[in-house]
Amino acid sequence: MKSIVAEDLKKTYRNGQVKALDGLSLDVEEGTVLGILGPNGSGKTTTVRILATLLQPDSGHATVGGIDVVKNPKAVREIIGLSGQYAAVDETLTGWDNLVMFGRLYHLSAAQANARATELLEQFSLTDAARRPIKTFSGGMRRRLDLAASLIIRPKVLFLDEPTTGLDPRGRMEMWGVIEELVKEGVTLLLTTQYLDEADQLADDIAVIDRGQVIARGTSDALKSQVGGERLELVVAESDISSAQEIINRLTHSASTLDVGLRKISAPVANGSQSLIEVIREFDTAKIHPLDLALKRPSLDDVFMALTGHVAEEAVAETNEKKRKRGGKK
Amino acid sequence: MRALQDALIITKRQLLQLTRVPEVLIFNTIQPVMFVLLFRYVFGGLGANIPGGYVQLLMPGIFVQTVTFTLAATAQGLAQDMEKGLIDRFRSLPIARSAVVMGRTLGDGLLNIVVLIVMGLTGYLVGWRPTSGALKITLGFLMLLFFGYALSWVGVFAGLVSKDARVVANVSFLFTFPLTFLSNAFASTTSMPRPLQYFAEWNPVSTMVAAVRQLYGFKNVFGATANSYPSKHPITMSLVYMVVLMAIFAPLSVRKYKNSSK
Ligand SMILES: Nc1ncnc2c1ncn2[C@@H]1O[C@H](COP(=O)(O)OP(=O)(O)O)[C@@H](O)[C@H]1O
Ligand SMILES: [Mg+2]
Repeated sequence: MKSIVAEDLKKTYRNGQVKALDGLSLDVEEGTVLGILGPNGSGKTTTVRILATLLQPDSGHATVGGIDVVKNPKAVREIIGLSGQYAAVDETLTGWDNLVMFGRLYHLSAAQANARATELLEQFSLTDAARRPIKTFSGGMRRRLDLAASLIIRPKVLFLDEPTTGLDPRGRMEMWGVIEELVKEGVTLLLTTQYLDEADQLADDIAVIDRGQVIARGTSDALKSQVGGERLELVVAESDISSAQEIINRLTHSASTLDVGLRKISAPVANGSQSLIEVIREFDTAKIHPLDLALKRPSLDDVFMALTGHVAEEAVAETNEKKRKRGGKK
Repeated sequence: MRALQDALIITKRQLLQLTRVPEVLIFNTIQPVMFVLLFRYVFGGLGANIPGGYVQLLMPGIFVQTVTFTLAATAQGLAQDMEKGLIDRFRSLPIARSAVVMGRTLGDGLLNIVVLIVMGLTGYLVGWRPTSGALKITLGFLMLLFFGYALSWVGVFAGLVSKDARVVANVSFLFTFPLTFLSNAFASTTSMPRPLQYFAEWNPVSTMVAAVRQLYGFKNVFGATANSYPSKHPITMSLVYMVVLMAIFAPLSVRKYKNSSK
């Protein structure tokens, strides 16, 4: 059974000037996780907001748990949980206050709401912080509390919009752990992300979106192989270049590329670690000592480049920014 | 019924906030108390020929001014919830569409009760003595609360439209502050230039102040230049204003809330 179905959703902003969704379709099988992967501005939040009944599409059709989101939003709200891109909790109140309030708004009795708050704080390792105002929480704790608030009624369908954006690596790992636990319990999850590794880690299936459309759909392995999968990259001494390249081409059955300036040879490989071992063995026999040798996994940028022929715009801006900063430090 | 219960949960949240951040309540009561004291002792001399002294006219003026500022408070509170994404979260819950905005207006109304009590006591200490008896005094306070409540709905709408707490707080204040002075609240409208006089006479703040003065048993010597309807029937006129404001802004706000997006 499909838990989420979206058909040809369209949504524009500013009187049609901004096309946020341009015929987006997707579906999620009950009990599975779909990762929506796309750069900033590609329409992730708009999609989530429409499915969570916060926004009406201009056209198209969507159901959650078999219920039409436009015609019967209230019934949809009874079965979903939503944790938006920014933690949406009352910052002046404590974690406990927040969870009890949301519990009451889900029409639990006072006793039930208290019990559920205790349970959730425990589950999300927030017990110690429960009596402190949210203002004093770290970013990771806030996101966890926000997630907890969306789980009060044990929703059948959960929406998480960029659950780890803005978190430090530790917060990110903790969040991943929490989400994996939830998935084990059988919730249907739609999660959006800008990171291929996150979708890879958490989702059964990935939908890549760009400019408000799904441009590719499949398991993370399938997507990666569309991109050409893993690549072997190595840097060798000037004198070894030709013999190294000959070995690589032979072993990988492909025409490797060479960056003369960097003395870097790069070739797609079907079975990464196996090829790596073979290459090292042959190099050893040929007495070639690579200066650097690595298996590169494709990133969202690579996926994008391969699928659309253009780079993920926001991601590029960010990379340039990072480069500029690094350059500045030198 | 369910809708009211949901609204009360939101109201409770606001009261809980007050216990967590007591500065809000303290500031909310200190400001009007300070106004009472300042006006009482700075302009107190003006009322040499007013029966009972200036303070009898001043208190209704300050009461109305204070509840008028509810508009800005509500607007700011709602815009803040909007900014923080809380409104989105509330909208994703299976609760009545009116619950959140209704809860907020009720909360601000409760806050007004506290503030009015503190101000009334301060007024009593500095010589305010309503003479009309318990029933009319109570009616006067009820009118003040209801006026604040009606304006609170205007604030809800402003807050939902603006989505920016600081901007909407400033704009609402810029709008209401002159309104409370272009009135009979603190000085007679007769000394104003002609066009302003008309404005001041029809200004809901003036009709409210005149109504409350009447209910507390004092003649409204600060208004009534012409034989205009509002100066002759301040209570009726004030009730009309309140009902009209509510009838316009309550449904508008609920609709705006329903379609609001960050
Ligand atoms: N309220 C809005 N008003 C105008 N444009 C908007 C609004 N919300 C989103 N957009 C635009 O719609 C597009 C998709 O936005 P969004 O769904 O937020 O993308 P994402 O979540 O993937 O970053 C972007 O170009 C964004 O600028
Ligand atoms: Mg987004």
